[in-house]
Amino acid sequence: MTGQPILEVENLRIDLALGGKRFPAVQDVSFTIDRGETLGLVGESGCGKSITALSLIGLLRDPLMIGGGTIRFNGREIQNLSASEMRKLRGNRISMIFQEPMTALNPLSPVGRQIAEMFVLHKGASWNEAEKLAVEALASVRVPAPERRVKDYPHQLSGGMRQRVMIAIALACGPDLLLADEPTTALDVTVQAEILDLIRELSSAKGTAVLMISHDLGLIANMCRRVGVMYAGRLVEERNAEDVFRSPSHPYTRGLVASLPQLGARARHGRQRLKEIAGVVPPVSAFPEGCRFNPRCYASTERCRAEDPGVTALGDGSFVRCHHHE
Amino acid sequence: MLSFIVRRLLQTLPIILAVAALIFLMFSVIPGTFASSMSDDGRSVLDAEVMARMNKEFGLEDPVYVRFGKYIAQLATFDLGTSFRSRQPVADVIAERLWPTAQLALASMLFAIAVGVPLGFIAALRPGSWIDTFSMVGAVSGLSLPKFWLGLMLMYLFALVLGWLPSFGYGGGSLRYLILPSIALGVAPLALLARTTRAAVLEIMNADFVRTARSKGMSESKVVRWHLTRNALVIILTTIGLQFGTVIGQAVVIEKLFSWPGLGSLLVDSVTLRDIPVVQGSILVIVLLFLLINMLVDVLCAIIDPRIKYT
Amino acid sequence: MKFRANLVIGGVLFAGVIIAGIFAPWLAHTDPVMDANLLYAEEPPGSEFWFGTDAQGRDIYSRVLHGARISLTVGIVSQLINTVIGVALGLSAGYWGGWWDDVVNGLTNMMLAIPSLIFALAIMAILNPGLTSLLIALGLTNWSFTCRLARASALSLKSQGYVQAAKVLGYGDIRIMLTQLLPNMLGPIIVIGTLGMGGAVLAEAALSFLGLGIRPPYPSWGSMLSDARDQITTAPWISIFPGLAIFMTVLGLNLLGDGLRDILDPQARTRRA
Repeated sequence: MTGQPILEVENLRIDLALGGKRFPAVQDVSFTIDRGETLGLVGESGCGKSITALSLIGLLRDPLMIGGGTIRFNGREIQNLSASEMRKLRGNRISMIFQEPMTALNPLSPVGRQIAEMFVLHKGASWNEAEKLAVEALASVRVPAPERRVKDYPHQLSGGMRQRVMIAIALACGPDLLLADEPTTALDVTVQAEILDLIRELSSAKGTAVLMISHDLGLIANMCRRVGVMYAGRLVEERNAEDVFRSPSHPYTRGLVASLPQLGARARHGRQRLKEIAGVVPPVSAFPEGCRFNPRCYASTERCRAEDPGVTALGDGSFVRCHHHE
Repeated sequence: MLSFIVRRLLQTLPIILAVAALIFLMFSVIPGTFASSMSDDGRSVLDAEVMARMNKEFGLEDPVYVRFGKYIAQLATFDLGTSFRSRQPVADVIAERLWPTAQLALASMLFAIAVGVPLGFIAALRPGSWIDTFSMVGAVSGLSLPKFWLGLMLMYLFALVLGWLPSFGYGGGSLRYLILPSIALGVAPLALLARTTRAAVLEIMNADFVRTARSKGMSESKVVRWHLTRNALVIILTTIGLQFGTVIGQAVVIEKLFSWPGLGSLLVDSVTLRDIPVVQGSILVIVLLFLLINMLVDVLCAIIDPRIKYT
Repeated sequence: MKFRANLVIGGVLFAGVIIAGIFAPWLAHTDPVMDANLLYAEEPPGSEFWFGTDAQGRDIYSRVLHGARISLTVGIVSQLINTVIGVALGLSAGYWGGWWDDVVNGLTNMMLAIPSLIFALAIMAILNPGLTSLLIALGLTNWSFTCRLARASALSLKSQGYVQAAKVLGYGDIRIMLTQLLPNMLGPIIVIGTLGMGGAVLAEAALSFLGLGIRPPYPSWGSMLSDARDQITTAPWISIFPGLAIFMTVLGLNLLGDGLRDILDPQARTRRA
């Protein structure tokens, strides 16, 4: 049992149906997550990282759908599971935290009840028992006075408190895998760190693997041992976190790393402009030929425009998808 | 909650006063008085002396502001004045007509809610299906039907051709007499409720918290029961409250068509006869009813939606 | 461009009514008022009288055609009055704010509290029956939605950069309202106006049916129906055709309004009207 990864994604493809045509919004995405491991997924908005997470939990909705590839959870293929089979996993074994704590909770339902639903759905608890468990769950995410807070409605809580409630919901059944989609983006900087600590602490205590999705490379590096970098629906590089910073391989990753402000850099090198990557992520319907990054790439050549680069292994499971990797 | 109700009451009071002032002023600039309208008919020609006596009797000789002052003072004691025609207190005349109108309005709203809300739900849960298309085409048609014509057609079909139901009249309040006018009156709010419900449910279906509910592993039927119904109810209730106003307004035509002895036919008859105190009183009572129903709806919404109390 | 069924069907229906109204004198078989002939009273629909005749022997087909003129006039003119009132009040209230805004708000709340048909009925009670009175009664009683919309748009637009820029350039208030604010709220206002026109056609028919609008013998669809109840057993066609004409006209306008909303006011789908 040990040694088997909790999640294996192979050649995942997600299609976007637009006006009778199908565009691959996500293509050739493969990665694995070991039990208890935290994998980071970075990329700009629109690169396909959120829909990748939604596909893992079976929540893609029209016009998006899985177009190919396999998703193995605990060694079992789940991309073709029936709706009711998938529901047994969803929330119970795989759960998800979303970006917007303001809108992710039902405004007309007390938060305790929204946590209690998890125990009723997956643990066969009665509402009475579930409400008691909800108090414990709320206490575990360190919400003060949980026995009073369970009766509160979402609008009575701050953004950080709501995200704690979301974490309590997501971890209520002690899942094997937690998908955290930009869990702190909408929060104040001071609250961000608390929420990240909470996710890290609780997931390691329960042995839950985490797929941490963010556009913030710094946050990912802080949270994860391994990092996948996505660009225009493709995983362009997967590395150990420290390697990504020390020697980024893909020109896009290099761009991302160079765009990070570094503490003390100004003292050492004087005032400098932060690097930015020229251009924007192309829309799904207009992905370029060849390497998808080539229009924005400083190293782009004829080959990049003509030929799609394959995967080059870099040892210890790392890889890069570039003709010019170093 | 009590303070919320009191606050809503206080907000309603100026509206009622404004409406009272408006309808009073409207009818004090009216060209011609009741007495002169009677002589216009040609049937009851009055000489100038009689007209002057009648105008005096009803206090129509005073300047406008004096009459308005008297009017408001009367209203404060729930005295709506005296009918020019029947010489009865207006309040009594209206009270007699209140129950039939309430029956009609309630029956048609019940019909509209019982059919329209489920229809909107079903349509929204299967967007693009034949039942969705069918009910939305039906809804826009229902909104476009002239109510009195629909009533006429129902009357023709069910009363005259098939003979299942009485064609018109009150029938002492018997249910059989209530059916046709309520349907004729209820079709438009039904259509509107179906559309509003559908739009509300579709909107909520795409809300983030519904995605959260799905991510919990909830079945679609539980998503609907646990997270959708309550949220849609606020929007549906508000629509119901607003539709009551339209229904009471439209009841005028339906009551006239079906010879229903309600407030609406009283209003039309009094307008035709220029029985101004009754016209003023009926409009005031109709507005009052409408405002009361909307207050009730607001209170219900505040019970369902905890955010309302605090804003 | 996507095929929009409601826009196309609504447009065709409404265009049909406009054509019928404009060309009524040429399309009609007889004079709608004068050509009464009791010899032909209550003739059922047939080759001579397409829609049959009424109790006075008048050709219903011709009367329905002429009725389109009245309905269209009432619908278009009264809704125009409503729109002008609503936009003027709402726009100025939203832009200027202050006591004027409070006044307009109070007026709007009062208007919303009186069912519009009841209000129109009360106005008709003061005025003498007839077309002008109808235009006034219906034109004064249905502007509250336009007003609310114009006010809300003006409130949100006035803080926009280009409006501020126009102010800095020294444009007058009226000029800013008309050239900077109005064009940006026109879409939803057209939608409300189209739907309101359907409402006005229905209200005209209802008031005429009650004998408080257009009086017989003039061929308003509503007044044609007001006598029809008595003959419904013997001559149901007298009721059927004017009613169908109202239905088709209003259906056309409602479909048109829905279709226009999809194009001109995309947020309304989620904002719910």
